[in-house]
Amino acid sequence: MTTEHRSRNALGKPSRLRATLQHALHSLTFALTGFLLTQALSAQVTFDQLVNSAKTPQNWLTYSGDYAGRRFSALDQVNAGNVRSLAAKWVYQTGATGKLETTPLVVDGILYATAQDDRAFALDARTGRPIWMFQHPLPADIRPCCGHVNRGLAILGDKVFFGTLDAHVIALDSKTGNVIWDIVAAEYQKGYSFTVAPLAVKDLIILGVSGGEYGVRGFIDADANSGARKWRFYTVPGPGETGNDTWEGDSWKVGGAPAWNTGTYDPVTNQIFWPTGNPAPSNRGAARAGDNLYSNSLLALNADSGKLNWYFQFTRHDEHDWDATQIPVMIDSGSKHLIAQANRNGFFYVLDRADGKLISANPYGKQTWSDSKDAAGRPVASKDASPTLAGHTVCPGALGTTNFMAPAYDPQTSLFYVTARDQCDIFSTAPQPYQAGHAFYGSAYFPSEEAEPYRGFLKAIDPTTGQIRWSFEHTSPTWSGVLSTAGGLVFTGDAEGNFVALDAASGKPLWHFQMGGAVYSAPIAFAVDGKEFLAIAAGSAIYAFGLP
Amino acid sequence: MRIPATTRRVSYPLAALLCASTILCPGQTNPLSRDPKAAKAGEYEFRINCALCHGLGARGGGRGPDLTRAQKKHTHNDAEMFQVISNGIPGTVMPANGTNGQGVGMTDEEIWQIITYIRSQEVKVPAQPVGDAARGKNLFYGDANCSLCHMVEGKGGRVGPDLTGVGGSRTREAIIDSVRNPSRRLAWGLSEATKEFPQEYETVTVVTADGKEIKGVTLNEDNFSLQIMDASENLYLLEKDKMRSFQKTRESFMPRYDTGLLSDKDLDDIVAFLSSARAK
Repeated sequence: MTTEHRSRNALGKPSRLRATLQHALHSLTFALTGFLLTQALSAQVTFDQLVNSAKTPQNWLTYSGDYAGRRFSALDQVNAGNVRSLAAKWVYQTGATGKLETTPLVVDGILYATAQDDRAFALDARTGRPIWMFQHPLPADIRPCCGHVNRGLAILGDKVFFGTLDAHVIALDSKTGNVIWDIVAAEYQKGYSFTVAPLAVKDLIILGVSGGEYGVRGFIDADANSGARKWRFYTVPGPGETGNDTWEGDSWKVGGAPAWNTGTYDPVTNQIFWPTGNPAPSNRGAARAGDNLYSNSLLALNADSGKLNWYFQFTRHDEHDWDATQIPVMIDSGSKHLIAQANRNGFFYVLDRADGKLISANPYGKQTWSDSKDAAGRPVASKDASPTLAGHTVCPGALGTTNFMAPAYDPQTSLFYVTARDQCDIFSTAPQPYQAGHAFYGSAYFPSEEAEPYRGFLKAIDPTTGQIRWSFEHTSPTWSGVLSTAGGLVFTGDAEGNFVALDAASGKPLWHFQMGGAVYSAPIAFAVDGKEFLAIAAGSAIYAFGLP
Repeated sequence: MRIPATTRRVSYPLAALLCASTILCPGQTNPLSRDPKAAKAGEYEFRINCALCHGLGARGGGRGPDLTRAQKKHTHNDAEMFQVISNGIPGTVMPANGTNGQGVGMTDEEIWQIITYIRSQEVKVPAQPVGDAARGKNLFYGDANCSLCHMVEGKGGRVGPDLTGVGGSRTREAIIDSVRNPSRRLAWGLSEATKEFPQEYETVTVVTADGKEIKGVTLNEDNFSLQIMDASENLYLLEKDKMRSFQKTRESFMPRYDTGLLSDKDLDDIVAFLSSARAK
C-alpha cells in the first residue's frame, strides 16, 4: 500500500495504462466475488487482508477503509460521468433513535454495523435484509457524555468487535451474532464508556475510552482476539512516569485525555497512531497547571507492546474542550512519510510520522485563540484566550473547527477533505469539585449573541501547502464525514438530510438525495456482484445507493 | 445521596399509571428539597446542561424562559419539573435529558439537584407588571400592526412567529429587544440537535426562472430547495437550480420598531398583553 502510494505520487497522476489495468483487476475481483456469493461465504478476515485492503476495494474492512485512515475507495464504477443517475437501492431502519454515527464494514457481500443503543447487526449488502442482530443490554445509569453514540466495529478472523456505553468490549461471531466473549474494561459508574470503532491490528483489538467529561483517566487498550488484555496505555502518566510532572498535584488522577476516536496503523514501522482528547475539567485550567500530557496529543505506539515511541501535543493545557481525537491520516509524498490531522482547534497539522516532528500547521477555519507560533512552528495560545467567569468569546467554539467527523485523503487529487465549522463561543469557567461519576466541566459555554451565524463547509486542503483548494458551503454546519473515490467523487451528508456527491477536483455538487434525517456518520463504498454501492447512515437508517 | 438505580426507571411510569388523580397521589417529591449543598451541586449541573438556553443564573436567554420566575409555563411542582427535564417538552426546543448534544445525560439525583438550584434562585414576589395589557391588546390588533404578521391564540397573521405564550417563554428584555432590534437575534440560530425548522425570519428575495420576484421569509431550506412565505402569506416551494437569482440577507423580515414608530409606553403595553396571553 505504501509503495503503490509512493510511486503514484512520483508519477503525479496514475497513467492511463495503469488505470486500465486497475480497472481490469477490479472487474476480475468483482467477478470472483460474485462467484463466491453464489457458492459460500467464508466470512474470514485476516491481518494480511487488512494490510492489503487496497487490493479488495469491494470490501470495507476498517473504520476508515484502510490502515492509513484515508477513507478512499478505489472503486470507480460510479464516477463524475454517471453519478447523476445514482439511485437508492435499499434502506435499513435500525429502530434506534438519536445520533447514528456508525461506519459499516462490508466483507464479501455482508454489511456489519452498530447503532447508538449498542446493537450490532449484519445485513445482506445487496438488499439490506438482516441476517442477525445483537443488542447489548445497558444499565439505566450509564454516563455517556454526549448522547448515546457508537461509531462502529472491527472485524478479524470470524469475529466482529465493538465497545459499549457501559465500557464492555464484546466479540460476536460474524455469521450469527452470538457472543464469543464479553469483557469489562472499566467502571462505567465512574464515567468510562466506549463509543469508538475498534481497530484490529495483527491479533489485537485496539480501542480507546471515552469519558473526558467525567474526569476519567484515559487509556488505550489492546485485547487479544481471545479476549485477554495484551496491553493498556494510560494517556495520563502516573507518578514516576515521564509526563506526570505536567500535572499540578493530584490533578492527573482525574485528568481525562480520553481516546474516543479510531487511530491508524503503519505496517512498515509497526506503529499505531492514536489521538487523545481534552484534559479534565475541560474548561477550567486552574488546579491542573502544566501541559497536561498526553491530552490533546497524537501518540505513536508500538503495536506489540503499547510502548510510546513519540507524541505530539496539539493544544497544551487546553481550556476549550478541543479534543485532538480527529483521525490521523497517513500521507506519503515523494520520500516523505507524513501524518496529517485537521484538528478541532482550527489548525491543519502535518507531522513526520517517523518521529512526530512538526512540518506545518496552518489554519483551515476561523480561529482567534492563537496569534503566534513557537520555535518548532506550533501554534501557541494568546494570553487572553482562557475562559473567564463572566465569559469570553473565542473561535473556534467548543465544538471545534471539526470534530469526530471522518476526513478523507484522495491519492488521485492529493487533497485532504474535511468537514469544517466556523462558530465562536463564549467560554465561561467556574470552580467545580470532582465527584466520581458526575459531569466535570468546570464551565459552561454559549453561542455568542453578537457572533456571525454558524457556517459549515466541506473543505479540500492541499496538505503540502495547507492551502484550501476549494470550499463547499453547507446550508448549516454538518456532522457528516467524507468519502473520496477513484471515480473522481467526494461524498458527504448534511444536517438537512442530503447525501451529496461532489466533483473531487472542483467541489462542484453533482448529485444529491434527500434521506429525511440529519447525518452524523461517514459514507463508505463497497461492491457486490460487480456492482458498486455507496452507503451512509442518516436519521435512524442506513441507506445504500447504486447505479440503475 | 444516591438514588438506587432500580427504583429510578420503575417509579415514574408506575407512579403515572397509579396516580390518575393528583388528590390521591401526592406525586414525586424532591428528596433534596431546600438542601443548600444540593443547590450548589445543581448550579454546576445547570451551567453545563441548561445555561446554554436558560442563561447563567437561570435568568433566561434568547431561547429559554427565565426560570427565576416562580410561575412556570409547563410545570407547577417539582415532580412535573422532573418530568420536563427528563423528557423535554414536545413541540418546543426543550430537549429530553441527555439529548441536547451539549451537556451530559444527568442522573435522577442530578436532576433533583438542578430543581433544588432553580427553586433557590426563584424570586418569590414577581415584579409588578409594567404596562396595560388591555390597551396592549388593542395596539397589537390595531395601530401597531403586530397582528398583520403575528398570531396570538389563533388570531392574526402567519408570516411571523405565533406569539401565544411568548410571555412565558421569553424574558421581557428579550421581547423588547426583538421588537427594537429584530435582526440582532438572527445570529442565535439553533444547535443542530434541537433544530427542526431553522426559521430565523430573515428576508429572502427570489427571482424565478420566468422573472417573477418573490420577497418573503424562509420556512425551510437546504442546499437544493427552498420553502418560503411572502407578505401575502403565499407559500412557494422552489428548487434552487431553477431560480434566476436567490438572495438572503441577515435582515429580519420584521420592520425595526424604534421609539418613533412605537413609544416605550406602547411597547410596555404590548409586552403586558403578550405576558397576559401566556398559554393556559
